[in-house]
This record gives sequence, C-alpha cells and structure tokens, in this order.
Amino acid sequence: MDLDHTPEEEEFRARLREWLAKALPTLPPKPSPDDWPGRRAYDLGWQRMLYDAGYAGLHWPVDAGGRGATPTQHLIYLEETEKAGAPYVGANFVGLLHAGPTIVSEGTAEQRARWLPPVLRGEEVWCQGFSEPDAGSDLAALRTRAWRDGDEYVVSGSKIWTSHAEVANWCELLVRTDPDAPRHRGITWLALPMDAPGITVRPLRTLAGSTEFAEVFLDEVRVPVGHRVGAENDGWRVTMVTLSYERGTAFVGEVVACRRVLGALARRARENGRWDDAVLRRRLGRLNAEFRALWRLTQWNVGEAQRTGAVPGVGGSVFKLRYSHARQELYDAAAEALGPEALDLGQEWTLDRLSSLSYTIAAGTSQIQQNIVAERILGLPKGR
Amino acid sequence: MDFQLTDDQKALRSGVRERLAARFGRDALRAAVDEGPPRLDPALWRELGEAGFFALRLPEAEGGVGLGLPEAVLVFEEAGRVLLPGPLIATHLAAGAVAGAATGETVVTAVDGGLVEWLEAADTVRGDATGAEPLASVDPLTPLHRVPAPPARDLQAGRDGVVRLLTSLLTAAEQLGSAARTCELAVQHARTREQFGQPIGAFQAVKHLCAQMLVRTEVARAAVYAAAVTADPVDVAAARLLADEAAVRGARDCLQVHGGMGFTWESDVHLHLKRAWVRTYRAGGATESEEILSGDLSAAIA
Repeated sequence: MDLDHTPEEEEFRARLREWLAKALPTLPPKPSPDDWPGRRAYDLGWQRMLYDAGYAGLHWPVDAGGRGATPTQHLIYLEETEKAGAPYVGANFVGLLHAGPTIVSEGTAEQRARWLPPVLRGEEVWCQGFSEPDAGSDLAALRTRAWRDGDEYVVSGSKIWTSHAEVANWCELLVRTDPDAPRHRGITWLALPMDAPGITVRPLRTLAGSTEFAEVFLDEVRVPVGHRVGAENDGWRVTMVTLSYERGTAFVGEVVACRRVLGALARRARENGRWDDAVLRRRLGRLNAEFRALWRLTQWNVGEAQRTGAVPGVGGSVFKLRYSHARQELYDAAAEALGPEALDLGQEWTLDRLSSLSYTIAAGTSQIQQNIVAERILGLPKGR
Repeated sequence: MDFQLTDDQKALRSGVRERLAARFGRDALRAAVDEGPPRLDPALWRELGEAGFFALRLPEAEGGVGLGLPEAVLVFEEAGRVLLPGPLIATHLAAGAVAGAATGETVVTAVDGGLVEWLEAADTVRGDATGAEPLASVDPLTPLHRVPAPPARDLQAGRDGVVRLLTSLLTAAEQLGSAARTCELAVQHARTREQFGQPIGAFQAVKHLCAQMLVRTEVARAAVYAAAVTADPVDVAAARLLADEAAVRGARDCLQVHGGMGFTWESDVHLHLKRAWVRTYRAGGATESEEILSGDLSAAIA
C-alpha cells in the first residue's frame, strides 16, 4: 500500500506539465456562458489540442483510438489539467465519457470507425437523450417510441435534461422498441443525428438563470437501423455497461478544484476578519478533512481499478454520494465566509453555490444512489 | 502508485481477525462485560504480546516484527471491530521504551489529556497520574480516572507530539473497525428482522441509514489508510475526524436500525457506542484536529 509514483508516472506528469505550460497560453478567450456556438468551438478546440498532443482518449483502449493509459496516469492527467487551470471537458462530456465508451465496448468495427475518431479529434459533439418528463430516477419507465419501417426506425416522444442539445451533432438515445416486453427488455440504444427532420430543441432555464440543458421533442424522426448499437431491445444492458463511468472519474478534477476553493475561502476569511470566528474556522477545517478524504478515496478507487482492470463500479456511488453533499457544504460555508457579499451574483462563488444544488440530483439522485449502495453493495432486499 | 492492501497486508488482516475471533469472540466479550468490575486478563495480554501486537513496529534487531504504520493500523482496526479491551495503544507505543511492553508482560497505560484508561490494571503509567480520581466509566470495559488538567503547552512538539500523533492515528484505526462492524450488524439485522411482512431493510428509510453508514466507513477508511502511509499530521487529523464520526454516528444509526432491541443491555450496539465515545476523548480529538486542519488552510496562505 503506497502513494508513491513510479519514475514512469513522474515522467508522464512532467511532460504533461511542460505541455500544459506551453499550450494553455495559446487558448482563445473564454466565451460567455450563454454563447453556445462559442462554447462548442472553444471546447472542441481544446479537444483538438489534446488530440494533437497525444492526450485524447487517454484511458480508452488503443484499438479504439485511445492511448491505453493506466488508471493512475489518467488520474495524474485529471489532477494536472485541473491544477493548471485547463478547460473542462465541457461539450465533449457525453462523447468522451459516455456515448464514446459505450460505442467502444458495444459498437461494431464500422460504428467505432464512424463515431469515435471525430470525438477524439474534437469534431463532433454528443448529447444524451435518456431522461423523460415521466422517466427520471425511474429511467426504465421511458416511453419514447421507435418502430421499424424498412431499414429505419421512426422515433416519437420527448427527452429532458439534455445538455448541449442545441450544439450537438449526435444524441445517444434510449427508445422503447417493444412496449409489451418487461420494461428493461424493450429498450434500444440509437445514435440520433441532431439535424434529422422532426427534432425540436427547447432550452430550459436553470435556477442559476442560464440555459444549461434542454427539452428535446421527437416527431416521427427517422434513424437508420445501422445507427443502433447493440441488439434491438438490449439497450438497457448496453447503457448500464458504461453508466458507472459517469460516477467513476467524472469528479476527479472537481475535487482538486474544491480544495483550491477552500484555500481561497480561508484567504478571504482572513482578509475580512471572519477567520477569527472559531466556528467558521473549524467548519472550514472539517471541509479540509472532507476533501482530503475524497481525494484519498479517489486514489483508492483508482488503485482498485488498476489491480482489477475494471471500470469504476458501484464504488462510484459511495464517492458521488459524499462528494455531491460536500460540494454543497463547501459553497454554504463560502457564503458564511463572505457574509452579505454571498447575495451578489457578481461574486464568483454565488453562481457556484447555485449550481452546486444540482449535484445531489443529476446523474442519479442521492436517494437513488443510497438504494444502489444498500442493494448492490450491502445486499439489502429491493423494496419501496 | 498502488494504494491498495498488499497480499501480505491482507494476510495479516485475516490472520489477526481469525486469532481475535478465537481468543476474544462475542462470548468472551459478553463474559467480560458481565463479570463485574473490568479486569485485564494477563494471559490474553501476553498472548497479544506473543502474536506481535505490541512489538509490531519494533525493528527485528530489537526483537520486534519490523512492520510499519500501515500494518499497525490494520491490526488496531481489527481490535476495534471486536472491542478488544485494555490500554492497547499505550502499550504498543511503549514497546522498546518500557521493559516488558513489547512482549505483553508489562501492561502500560498513559495519561492522555485529563484522563487515564485502565490505571489500576497497569504496571507502568506514562505521564503524571498524581491525584487521579476514578470515574464511574460509561464504557463497562474501559475503567477511567480523571487527572488534574495538564499545563497548557505546545501539544504537537517533540516526543509528546509523536506519541499524540500515533495515538490519534491508531485511535482512528480502532474507530474505523468499530464503524465497519456496526454497519455489518445493522445490515444483518435489517436483512432478517421482518415487519409489515418484509425485511425492514427493504424500506428505504432503513436502507438509507445503512448506506450512509457504509459511505462514512469507506471515506474514513481511505483517510485512515492514507494517513498510515504518509504519517502527516494533517492527514492524521483528517483521518481521526472522519473515523470518530464514522464510529459514533455508525453506532447511533446501528442502534436506531435495531429499534427497541438496540436499547437493551443484551445488544452489543451500546458497547460499540460507549467505546467510540471514550475514544473521542483521546489525543487528537475533534477540536484539536479541526484546528490542525484549518491551520493547514491558513498556512497555505501565509
């Protein structure tokens, strides 16, 4: 049991740092949060830089166009890019972290060749069409229908909470192809081209005031059968193979960022005199323990992945439960440290505090995550 | 980086678990609780000594086992699981410094803040126990004495600082073991106890209590093991804070899951809770750890 890095890992880190130091100053200015075409171009541009430098698809297998990096190298990558202030994965999220890995593990050779390189090169954006107005936590209740018409599926229904829908080329879509089958066995995974006729995207405004996601309405949209990944009615399994990716390493950079915010908070509290308040000081000390431990838990999970060669499993639910709560605590503590300034939307942490409210809901609510932990790790019976 | 138990560490853990189950299983625990005023079994203490419990980190050249802090943490985690009684940490930390401590022939306790555990059973007391007054200890298996408050001084400095650091870390390891055990006990009960025609563990209200017990345990585990690897005071403070919380809240939730039975003497839950409470008063408790952790944030700015 150690926390030391091998000479190879240290060299990987050194080279990455060197490249980041040269590459980051060449980035264009950051687009405004509401400029979606600008955000797409910025995020894809960054992905292209990663591709050219050999860092795209770092932990994807080599035969899928990735670099076959070890979980530890991937962790170093996430840590160093965050520390250097590199752009977030942004519009590339679904392509790199969900639809991409799904195609890597379940797609045919032609499907891999068609869809993976543009993701890695920063040419195409994917979005996710899973949740529906009546199928949130209970995803298997989804009702968007697809029926065969020759060598096409015809799709009608609606999806919700779809991030980047306005600027995506593709949507990984779950549809019901057999309404009579048991609900988990009548679902199919399709790649939907977002420029197909019959698609309407309606942006949704979040409580933070921005439009981070959208509703997507599908009215007899035609999708070629060749865009189906996995067998018809096998979409639930196809999706679950990689759903844990979202919970595994998606938050690593954020933990690094939260530790930086905590340091900045302490600095601010010293400047405005609130540091003299022992209650606040101890609250921040407790958060220091929290984020240190979450970092150690990440290293532990990576160690496990490295030993077993497996993708992060249900252990990701343990991490996500604790992290999402800790992030909300962090920004609540920030509000205490700031005082009345915490009510100013011009203050950098005010929007972060608002957006932190989604963390215990998105990608599986804390209640669903607790069911997963209780049933799949602790072996408690299913029930209601 | 390989932040996982090695095969040797796994073997050590399962070896210690088997040995403790054989020597201090549930029957032995309940017998010790019910036999009246707690007494330390010298034969058990010597057996622990022979098994290397106290000499674990002593170099082989000095008759020790020559292992490190990570191994010590694994062993004390197992001690915490079974509620092994006695001044285990003080005797472990005295190995090599107090004659007979390493072999378990001498029982060593230590003054820690305003308290001493197992004063009357100890052959040697480290620190000044003058004026010690007995308490009616809440934990039936940890006799306690109060001593006049020690003079205020820099607690982290010198040899005292090392002893406090290791006491805090090994206490965190015991708390971790207790937290893991109460989670198991709660889950066992929730799977078998039926109400409204189904196991109570099928109800989300119960299920979520159990899930949070596991989350607290696993987060504490990562922190405790990392602190054992680095021996860094800030890592130890984080580990201790989270392990104290995992043990105390774990025992509380375990009690809740057990319902009325959890409130009885017959259940083991209260033994975990009471011992966890006692451990929170050892060197490196919540106030001290939180100040170390906030000091770390402050130092990064200064």
